[in-house]
Amino acid sequence: MKLKEEPILTDFLIVGGGTAGCYAALAFCERCDKSVLIAEKANIKRSGCLAAGVNALNAYIMPGGTPQGYVDYARGDAEGIVRGDLLLTMSERLNRVTRKIEGLGLTILKNPDGSYAARGKRNLKINGENIKPILAEAISKEPRITVLNRVCVFEYIVRDNRIYGVYAVSIDKPILYVISAKAVLCATGGAAGLYKPNNPGFSRHKMWYPPFNTGAGYAMGIRAGAEMTTLEMRFIALRCKDTIAPTGTLAQGVGAKQVNSLGEVYEQKYGLTTSGRLHGTVSENLEGRGPCCLRTAGISPRQDEDLQKAYLNMAPSQTLRWIESGNTPSMQNVEIEGTEPYITGGHTASGYWVNTNRETTVRGLFAAGDAAGGCPQKYVTGAFAEGEIAAQGALKYMDDGTPLAASGGGVKTLLESRLDGTGSADETDRLEEEMQLVMDEHAGGISRHYRYSGESLKTADEKIRILADRADLLKAGNMRELVYIFELMERLILCRALIAHLAARHETRWRGFTENTDYPDTNDVFLKYINSRFVDGEFQILFRDLVAEGEAYEH
Amino acid sequence: MSIEIRREACIGCGQCADVCPGSLILIGPEGHAVIPRPERCWGCASCVKECPALAIEFFLGEDMGGKGGRMTVRRDNSLLRWDIVKPDGSLKTITIDSRDPNGY
Ligand SMILES: Cc1cc2nc3c(=O)[nH]c(=O)nc-3n(C[C@H](O)[C@H](O)[C@H](O)COP(=O)(O)OP(=O)(O)OC[C@H]3O[C@@H](n4cnc5c(N)ncnc54)[C@H](O)[C@@H]3O)c2cc1C
Ligand code: SF4
Ligand code: SF4
Repeated sequence: MKLKEEPILTDFLIVGGGTAGCYAALAFCERCDKSVLIAEKANIKRSGCLAAGVNALNAYIMPGGTPQGYVDYARGDAEGIVRGDLLLTMSERLNRVTRKIEGLGLTILKNPDGSYAARGKRNLKINGENIKPILAEAISKEPRITVLNRVCVFEYIVRDNRIYGVYAVSIDKPILYVISAKAVLCATGGAAGLYKPNNPGFSRHKMWYPPFNTGAGYAMGIRAGAEMTTLEMRFIALRCKDTIAPTGTLAQGVGAKQVNSLGEVYEQKYGLTTSGRLHGTVSENLEGRGPCCLRTAGISPRQDEDLQKAYLNMAPSQTLRWIESGNTPSMQNVEIEGTEPYITGGHTASGYWVNTNRETTVRGLFAAGDAAGGCPQKYVTGAFAEGEIAAQGALKYMDDGTPLAASGGGVKTLLESRLDGTGSADETDRLEEEMQLVMDEHAGGISRHYRYSGESLKTADEKIRILADRADLLKAGNMRELVYIFELMERLILCRALIAHLAARHETRWRGFTENTDYPDTNDVFLKYINSRFVDGEFQILFRDLVAEGEAYEH
Repeated sequence: MSIEIRREACIGCGQCADVCPGSLILIGPEGHAVIPRPERCWGCASCVKECPALAIEFFLGEDMGGKGGRMTVRRDNSLLRWDIVKPDGSLKTITIDSRDPNGY
């Protein structure tokens, strides 16, 4: 198939029009009169993590609290492996971005005196069903923002460690876009689909993290030689069994405790960090005291009804589940389980290694949201805050003399030879499944209770390399199939990076998230960031010293 | 977990195809929406909420314990009316106003 090449020019290119990307575009336009282009694989109206809606704003500083208090909380939860500078600069903006999204139309629950009503220590109650359409609407009112929907970015154009633009394809038409920009923001979110999921059959995509966030941004960065951090801090969520719906609304909303099959509350036994709660549930199951549940039986009819509504606003499958089975939460406890591991810098500290302005180690390339590392517990409002910081950083960086990106010559020929019409998506799916099985068995998936060893990781690496070679030969019949091949290749290189990171941390710091059977204890020699760079086809590991708040970190 | 598009009800407006975060829905040669690979569905219900003809039904796959219930959504300004047909054929409607915050 022949591709048509279309050059595009912009000042600020945002790759991924999700939470961080949309907010960054708005923040950029508030500060200058330059042009912005959002290249989004789906449609910004409902793309990314926010598609179904969210149930709360998880990061807000309540009256009496301070940004430093938030930093301390996140540092404790991550057992010390965080960037103080990133957490503090994010925390300082949490309340401002909250007011801004409220101004754009998000409903937030208020107390009679007009202050926001708190859910627990850091959460605000909202109606988050329409949060993404609200952002998309605000973008549509800003004439300087151009949105290219249904365009998949697959490669950065980098020379001498400086970015000049990206290559992208239309997912419908045979078009190769060569986008030139003075600065680029990577806001492609995190990665799902690396490991065998909870529901491996027909419902394989009924996972917590969006299956359409394939780690494209990480993979493009890795290939371009950008430094990555803390990928080994996988995020494994504790979720409602089968529907994989969030549990925070049950735990924090109606105060449901984690109980084992004997009815004992077990959560205190294992520590109340995010990973501790997961580790506790895995352990109770292993010791024969499963299944584990959130104790909702006995809540009031009013609470029952409110929960059904709250889940329709963010995870509608859970409400359907309650109603079709006839067992609503007041009648039956909600069973919980751990998910397969994800990589997401919005919950843990995985992602691009950035300076305080969120610039990556590739000049002119910024990262925000789930794509950016070092700053866990950022969630929706933290993604907004980082989008804003990155937009400001990009504006400062921009140089009007930036030359145009090269034409798509070599890339075009390569893609055309892949698009020879002989392939099928089935073959891509098969390889993806094989990859997920390898990761599950040898790199600590669900079936191994998240455990791995140096030996098993070596096996995983060997097998993933073979799969990557096979993926290299895949052919596509149309643009959609080509995008599926890109996604598989993104996941495969990310798997290799993840394996290298897991193997480098000779300790078990986050019980549940990392379970290194060779080194089952914490060892404070590893109070360091584990970073990596992809050089000549291999991952080089770097150990970096912790960065505290108050410092401005420069590469 | 997935969706089923009732061909006879679909008016071919294409709104579902526009919003799906996985771009899983296409308008087929005869002008109706189709989802060629329903197993790729994430279950976000964006398409269900978008469909003006109530042609898209949301269900839970049998492999995850689905019992055959079906869900559609009627949109009425800020109101979303979720109609859930239970496996025994009875209907339950839950109405939510997007101006009302969650109780939890
Ligand atoms: C199911 C779920 C529920 C959550 N609930 C809450 C909650 O209640 N409260 C809370 O505070 N936080 C919640 N979070 C966390 C929060 O939503 C995320 O941390 C945040 O939205 C991440 O923003 P992001 O911009 O990094 O990613 P996203 O918003 O996912 O954006 C990434 C975007 O990049 C696009 N993209 C990906 N690859 C490419 C490519 N190659 N080319 C072009 N575009 C691409 C995607 O389509 C997407 O639009 C939840 C997360 C999930 C998954
Ligand atoms: S439910 Fe969501 S993922 Fe599934 S087809 Fe509809 S819009 Fe796409
Ligand atoms: S939104 Fe409904 S009516 Fe419109 S194309 Fe999709 S299924 Fe058909």
